[in-house]
Amino acid sequence: MTEDNQGKTQDPSNDLVAGDQEISRAVGSRSGMFGVKGTGDTSGYGGLQSPTVYPDDAQRPYGGWFDEVADALETRLRETDLDAAIERVVVHRGEITFHVRREDLAFVAQMLRDDENLRFEFCAGVSGVNYPDDTGRELHAVYHLLSMTHNRRIRLEVSCPDADPHIPSLVSIYPTNDWHEREAWDMFGIQFDGHPAMTRILMPDDWPGHPQRKDYPLGGIPVEYKGGSVPPPDQRRSYN
Amino acid sequence: MTTEQDFYADPSETSQGRVFTVTGQDWDSITEGLGDAAEERIVVNMGPQHPSTHGVLRLILEIEGETVTEARCGIGYLHTGIEKNMEYRTWVQGTTFCTRMDYLSPFFNEATYALGVERLLDIEDDIPEKASVMRVLLMELNRISSHLVAVATGGMEIGALTVMTMGFRERELVLDLFELITGLRMNHAFIRPGGVAQDLPPGALDEIRDFVALMKKRLPEYAALCNANPIFRARLENVGHLDLAGCLALGLSGPPLRATGYAWDLRKSEPYCGYEDYDFEVQTWDSSDAYGRFRIRLNEMWESLKLIEQAADRLADLEGAPVMVADKKIAWPSQLSIGSDGMGNSLDHIRHIMGESMEALIHHFKLVTEGFRVPPGQVYVPVESPRGELGAHVVSDGGTRPFRAHFRDPSFTNLQATSVMAEGGMIADVIVAIASIDPVMGGVDR
Repeated sequence: MTEDNQGKTQDPSNDLVAGDQEISRAVGSRSGMFGVKGTGDTSGYGGLQSPTVYPDDAQRPYGGWFDEVADALETRLRETDLDAAIERVVVHRGEITFHVRREDLAFVAQMLRDDENLRFEFCAGVSGVNYPDDTGRELHAVYHLLSMTHNRRIRLEVSCPDADPHIPSLVSIYPTNDWHEREAWDMFGIQFDGHPAMTRILMPDDWPGHPQRKDYPLGGIPVEYKGGSVPPPDQRRSYN
Repeated sequence: MTTEQDFYADPSETSQGRVFTVTGQDWDSITEGLGDAAEERIVVNMGPQHPSTHGVLRLILEIEGETVTEARCGIGYLHTGIEKNMEYRTWVQGTTFCTRMDYLSPFFNEATYALGVERLLDIEDDIPEKASVMRVLLMELNRISSHLVAVATGGMEIGALTVMTMGFRERELVLDLFELITGLRMNHAFIRPGGVAQDLPPGALDEIRDFVALMKKRLPEYAALCNANPIFRARLENVGHLDLAGCLALGLSGPPLRATGYAWDLRKSEPYCGYEDYDFEVQTWDSSDAYGRFRIRLNEMWESLKLIEQAADRLADLEGAPVMVADKKIAWPSQLSIGSDGMGNSLDHIRHIMGESMEALIHHFKLVTEGFRVPPGQVYVPVESPRGELGAHVVSDGGTRPFRAHFRDPSFTNLQATSVMAEGGMIADVIVAIASIDPVMGGVDR
């Protein structure tokens, strides 16, 4: 046994990809026969597992104007004793994401819109994302903000647990979010507190459930074709 | 006209007031039929099936005489769950779904999605030049066809039928070009992660140049017919007014934003697909009304012609250049070709994978059945669609299928301005106001 292999068993399912810090950002894991990297087992018999690791927190300096925005934001937050409002900052593929504590979302958004160093006057709506394995933060609301004054784009991300799906509404700050928040409610069941008319928008008013959540089935029926039967898409063989 | 027996809405089905069904009578006979009820609050359901609501859109109008006091939209009639469906297909298959959203601008839907996936894959710099130029060419052709429909249907809805027949006549020429290049008139799935599906067919550049030459003769006809036409101007001017502050608050982009005089165009401010290398102007107007939006669309078609000419010139120098990334683990392996029995997989490719290269066969098999993996993360790469900022929020969890794909569709966002633009105006102006933001219900409902 080489030094490299010490402490490892024959069971390849234990061979998670190395990376001490990144594992902490793992949101669930995928198992299956394909697509695993970092382990020698290519036989496919092991029931391979690999963690789903999202990009890690960024370290200063973020680079370019990212630092200017982060500085302006931090300065203003420190003045109001809300340093903790920004939970994490992620820089990935040239885009910056501020993860905001949900109770401070409205304050942060107002500041981003009105501060003359920030001036994010245009909101491109909110998009819900459901991470069922991100315990305590299952539902995410993602806002894309654009500053036309400075020609900058940032992303805000807010999360809430499934058990308490409430996020403050931004309609009073960005009226354009009216329909976008209704869509996120319709599709994910995120309740935007303070929204003037939180009703379904795309699905019928009496529709049960929230279709875009991961636990909501796609639906469909098998289709017969030339004597064979094609199962619905969510029941076909997949290679995740 | 006050039907006691109405198949669709029995008077007993509503708890507030009586229900009347109106199908194409004069307003005189309707107000007569209302009788005493005319004093009360009248809510009119316009649509969802109405020839002038620009698609399957339901307008809920509260009216006083012919004045609209409150206007609300009912949408969702065309919701097809495209975003949900994309989570169950591979990354490449996703293109075939998102192209169907805003059916008048399929290439823009594909482009924003493909650009997002490419950024997640970190192959933005590896996209061959020819693929980018072809994307620009197709998107600008598409902008012309989309603006033509906007002008045509907008004209039809105010009774200008000649504008409609002209618009669709020219749009047909663009669709013929699409058919020549992609094989399909709409729902192309041609712009894919990594490049485009197919090289230009022989003779396509000549056809494109002929089209540009023809359009330069035809576009002045629209200007001659509409620009100074007193009836057309009377219907459009000062209707659907929305100033810059209103546009920003409501998130409006595209022609309504540029009609306020603000030259905001993502092709200039955040260039993608190499738009920074092309020579064109951002078109603005300063009237903030439906007429300004019409003039902007007309002017943008001229700019698109300029862009198409430049793209065609570049393509002439790029004959035989690749249109897909070189990475064999991403690039879709198969090329289509015309055989004796119609279009199908190219026989050269089949000979290659079956007889020459085991590795090519493996790549083909793995890519077609399993697809490629995209590193975890999220991106948002907006493009300037004919209607404004169209962006795909693409999230990957490292798998072979999108974890989440959300489209910020400009039609959806812009339609929110209906209340602001319509309230206090006449019913007839509601039609003009909505037509001026040119919503496409396939994009609104997705």
